[in-house]
Amino acid sequence: MLKSGTGVVLLAGVAFAQAPADLEARLKSLESAARTAQSAGDNAWMLVSAALVLMMTGPGLALFYGGLVRKKNVLATMMQSFILMALVTVVWAVCGYSLAFGGGGPFLGDFSHFLLDGVGSAPNPDYAGTIPQQTFMVYQLMFAIITPALISGAFAERMKFSAMVLFMVLWSLVVYFPMAHMVWGKGGFLNTFLGGKVPCLDFAGGTVVHITSGVSALVCALYLGKRRGYPSESMKPHSMVLSFIGACLLWVGWFGFNAGSALGASGLATSAFVATHFAAASAALGWVVAEWMKNGKPSVLGAISGSVAGLVAITPASGFVKPMPALLIGFAAGIVCYFMVGKVKHKFGYDDSLDAFGVHGAGGTLGAILTGVFATNAVNDSLKDASGRPAALGLVDGNAGQILNQIAGAAIAAGLAVIGTYIILRVCDAVLGVRVQPEHEIEGLDLSLHGEEGYVLES
Amino acid sequence: MKKIEAIIQPFKLEEVKEALKGIGIDGMTVTEVRGHGRQKGHKEVYRGQEYNVDLLPKVKMEMVVADSRCNEVVSALVAAARTGKIGDGKVFVSDVAEAIRIRNDDRGDAAL
Repeated sequence: MLKSGTGVVLLAGVAFAQAPADLEARLKSLESAARTAQSAGDNAWMLVSAALVLMMTGPGLALFYGGLVRKKNVLATMMQSFILMALVTVVWAVCGYSLAFGGGGPFLGDFSHFLLDGVGSAPNPDYAGTIPQQTFMVYQLMFAIITPALISGAFAERMKFSAMVLFMVLWSLVVYFPMAHMVWGKGGFLNTFLGGKVPCLDFAGGTVVHITSGVSALVCALYLGKRRGYPSESMKPHSMVLSFIGACLLWVGWFGFNAGSALGASGLATSAFVATHFAAASAALGWVVAEWMKNGKPSVLGAISGSVAGLVAITPASGFVKPMPALLIGFAAGIVCYFMVGKVKHKFGYDDSLDAFGVHGAGGTLGAILTGVFATNAVNDSLKDASGRPAALGLVDGNAGQILNQIAGAAIAAGLAVIGTYIILRVCDAVLGVRVQPEHEIEGLDLSLHGEEGYVLES
Repeated sequence: MKKIEAIIQPFKLEEVKEALKGIGIDGMTVTEVRGHGRQKGHKEVYRGQEYNVDLLPKVKMEMVVADSRCNEVVSALVAAARTGKIGDGKVFVSDVAEAIRIRNDDRGDAAL
């Protein structure tokens, strides 16, 4: 009896010892399955987002800008956006990604990912731990493409194609990659989440994309001078229909831009998606209302320009603010940008042809500052304070000082853009000449630079 | 022979064509033109930039008719093209020295 009783105890002991081992294995496989599922979901969203952001440049921006120029320059204007899709991609593959996201220096990356070395399917936990680094790389590439494309609105209808190509390569190297590293790169001077000295909140590129491109646009407009005949000759948009379609594509693509900046298919992505949409909506209304009161008519160009202004302004704030502040930010952007392009530009007389500065520079700066006001850890709790609790983000969390950080970030972006752009323009001017011949400008850039016409109605 | 040149509102073209067909006139040349007389243009505003558009789209009809039919054609044309508002256009009548049908070298009224 005793013997058999011991046997029972022993057997029970064996059974007891086996259970945790089995449980642990099942737990492990469950955890791994959950990780795989999250990774699959995140990666699916991020690949879609990357495609959406590319769609913003072509056809979105190409149509938006293409419709706003005169018909003799429609192809040249579209080509400026399109060629950047090709050009920046190659620069990014060679060294751009590495200079923006390699290493841990304060101002610029390094060459650790030169020729995309080490950028494969394994995630880079510094940036996005659930998606292949290659996904992160190609997603960020789409931002590097659209940013210089935005500038082209300022020098439309008068810049040499060759000079533009050289300008854009140098601009990416001198302005964009350093700025992207400072705000988003590990150890970047302005990076809130990865050890920056001056933590600046920029969820999807208010400083990196819109202030740099908008301010550079103003420098280009001033350096190249006005288009021949501006403002006495008619320079009406040749096709509001193209611009309308382009603006709608921009609005949709912006979901990839802002909600994709959550770098996963998370609740934060949803929050950014909602903020983005709300800001675009209220900004369209803001611009239309201001224009209606001022000019007596609510224009289509005003409505679509307003929505773009709102999308610009919400970009830095999108992953930090609640829906109601998003409505406010958008409405403010619609009104401010209306006055920038409708009044300020004419008062100073510069020819920012398609209002890259008036919309992206002004809207980006407004958005950067308002991010410091409305950012809250109720939306984004990924920043922790010393005790491990979510840190106060903006003024609404009681951190008024963040507004100063935001202004500092905007000032650094603007300063880098002014100095970098001016030097690059001087270089391009010396090497190639930046402005087309007067007779080419009169003939139109489509024929004189590209040997084609946008509309051949007789054939 | 008389040449009748009429500059009319584009949206009146079909009505005028029908009226002329009704009195047996079926030869005409129509051109899309732009211009203005006493009619003021309109203002367009693109992002605060104002443009005054004073050359407005019009249609120019030209036809050459025998002297005997001229008054009848002009009356039919004017009646069909009139709205009574500013911008309705004008009709000019002038003498024509010769008309030649290219196909068979018909001359004068026979060529019309």
